[in-house]
Amino acid sequence: MNAFWIILTGSLVATCCSLLGCYLILRRMAMVGDAISHAVLPGIVIAFLLTGSRDSVPMLIGAGLLGVLTTFLIEFFHRYARVQSDAAIGVTFTWLFAIGIILISVFAGQVDLDQDCVLYGEIAYVPLDLWITEGGLSMGPRTVWTIGAVTILILLFIIIGYKELFLTAFDPGYAAAIGVSTSLWYYLLMTAVSLTTVASFESVGAILVVALLVAPPATAYLLTDNFKTMLVLSVILGIVAAFAGYYLAVWIDGSIAGAIATVTGFEFILAFLFSPSRGILISKKLVEPVQQQV
Amino acid sequence: MKEFFEFLSFADANVRYVTLGSMLLAGSSAVVGCFTLLRKRALVGDAVAHAVLPGVCLAFILSGTKNPFILLIGAFITGWISLVAIDFITSRSRIKEDTAIGLVLSVFFGIGILLLTAIQHSGNAAQSGLDKFLFGKAASLVGEDLIAFSIVAVLLLAATLIFYKELKLLCFDETYAKTIGFPVRGLELLLTTLTVLAVVVGIQAVGVVLMAAMLITPAAAARFWTDRLGVMLVLAALMGAFSGVAGAYVSYTAPAMPTGPWIVLIISMIAILSFALAPGKGWIARIIRRQRNKKLILEENLLKLLYQLGEAKQDFSTNRPLQELLQKRAIPAKEAKYGLGKLKAQGYLEKTKNGWALTHEGITRGRRVVRLHRLWELYLTQYLHLASDHVHEDAETIEHIITPELEQRLLEELNYPALDPHSAQIP
Repeated sequence: MNAFWIILTGSLVATCCSLLGCYLILRRMAMVGDAISHAVLPGIVIAFLLTGSRDSVPMLIGAGLLGVLTTFLIEFFHRYARVQSDAAIGVTFTWLFAIGIILISVFAGQVDLDQDCVLYGEIAYVPLDLWITEGGLSMGPRTVWTIGAVTILILLFIIIGYKELFLTAFDPGYAAAIGVSTSLWYYLLMTAVSLTTVASFESVGAILVVALLVAPPATAYLLTDNFKTMLVLSVILGIVAAFAGYYLAVWIDGSIAGAIATVTGFEFILAFLFSPSRGILISKKLVEPVQQQV
Repeated sequence: MKEFFEFLSFADANVRYVTLGSMLLAGSSAVVGCFTLLRKRALVGDAVAHAVLPGVCLAFILSGTKNPFILLIGAFITGWISLVAIDFITSRSRIKEDTAIGLVLSVFFGIGILLLTAIQHSGNAAQSGLDKFLFGKAASLVGEDLIAFSIVAVLLLAATLIFYKELKLLCFDETYAKTIGFPVRGLELLLTTLTVLAVVVGIQAVGVVLMAAMLITPAAAARFWTDRLGVMLVLAALMGAFSGVAGAYVSYTAPAMPTGPWIVLIISMIAILSFALAPGKGWIARIIRRQRNKKLILEENLLKLLYQLGEAKQDFSTNRPLQELLQKRAIPAKEAKYGLGKLKAQGYLEKTKNGWALTHEGITRGRRVVRLHRLWELYLTQYLHLASDHVHEDAETIEHIITPELEQRLLEELNYPALDPHSAQIP
């Protein structure tokens, strides 16, 4: 049963991350996703201090706000202070992450978060934290409910806003011309990324969220040219990684989240080498004759 | 205050190690960071920092010891592989650089975590302390570490000094460097190696995540104060070293405080203040400059307006009421009043009951603006063959910018003309 809950949590995290990651990598904002996943830390700590519990809702709100603040700060440094964009990202997230770590050390007695957990989470503990109703009925692990709710939100967001998200990612000029607010959808997307990061935080930690945000979409990007196919493929790749990662971790007795990230990397290498259309070991044979004709 | 002097006296050997160690680390990684920043590859340092972890773990698994030298070699190898992987992925597929960085960073780190946890679970007692690589251990630096840091710092600085000219060219004009026969590939490798070296050593002080800040933040801050590479390097190193010392001081006075995050927090504060306050490039300086330009334009427009009114009636001495001015040109009344007041204080205008009139100086300055406007219109029609009804807007902007030297050139080019394209006299 534990294996089921862990794999389910992993798959739900992978679904949210892979879907949003497709938009991030197409907008060339993979590193903004990385930055947000680090920078939500102070938000989580502050929400924890204010409410004194690991309740999900305040944490989601606190981290969601921090995520938007991060995007805003990066934009601000880049646009108004003219800091070069990669440096703006680097300065912002390390600064916020440092504040988060300092807050954890200052309130070490009151905050039940340790530094390792922040980096790589502990998905193996998911089945231990059960949600038990007042009637004494066990509803299964609490984390599964949180991440499940977020997954539904993200799915709704992408289905309802599909056209707007698609346009603002591929052709912001056209989107603006037909009256779609690019900055509104930009910030909505970033809020979604922050929510996903926080919901996944306890189970997979800050950096492995990035693995799931970037690796499955990048792999899918090498396999298809159709955006809808890319969304579906990256979700499948993410879920496969969650399964395979769990058994890899059991086999070598290590961190499950680390193993999931390792598998996503392995998937990418396979696609990079053998993708039917773009694999570097395959494409030469297909592309060269075309070039000769030209 | 007593604590401060105790700290400065370095009487405590531990304080000495921590302070000097943080200073050397922060200073030398800042220097390397300047080059990666200028090559617009700042976040690459972040990837290397994360990619170091699997190397450390593999070195431990293979050698079975925690000899820092062996662990550093392992770290160096995977750090280096990660950079090569980023380059390879971006050049051989359609994956963009930011995606490649995020991918390599998180996957290498995932592998590292997997290995690290596997080692921890294996029950090998020798493993404790490996996780120091995650968050750093600046507060527990010892003499041996200090020796290693000093060697690396000297190496980094020496390499920068020896190859200063080559690296500079690589940052600013890679194509030119290639044409004049510099070994660009070799230099890139050198810079990569220096970055990895700085990261591998620095990571022990501030940890995986915050290492990126040690490379990027001082360089980004220093960039705001100067345009000269040499000055930038020195400034970045000083800022880095200062934050190293300050971080060590904070954790000395409050032992529960982690040194690494404090170093990062302090250097970030320096950077944010630089972004805001640096003269010339800072945010506030830019706002002030914009305000000043706006004021200048308003004043010149008012003078021009009064001059044109006077010119139309061939009479510069009559006072004109505000109403008449606003009829000819739509300026918000409040702004116009403010500008007129300013001009009066500067002696360009006189005010009586009936309204405003130009003084002698006012006529001269107003005439110049009108002349520049008409000269530019003429230049556009004659040299760019624009229609005479298309040139006014452009002249409205440029009339505030043209310098006396440029004015002279225009006069010469146009052969001291008398009339503009709208057949108005050029005064």
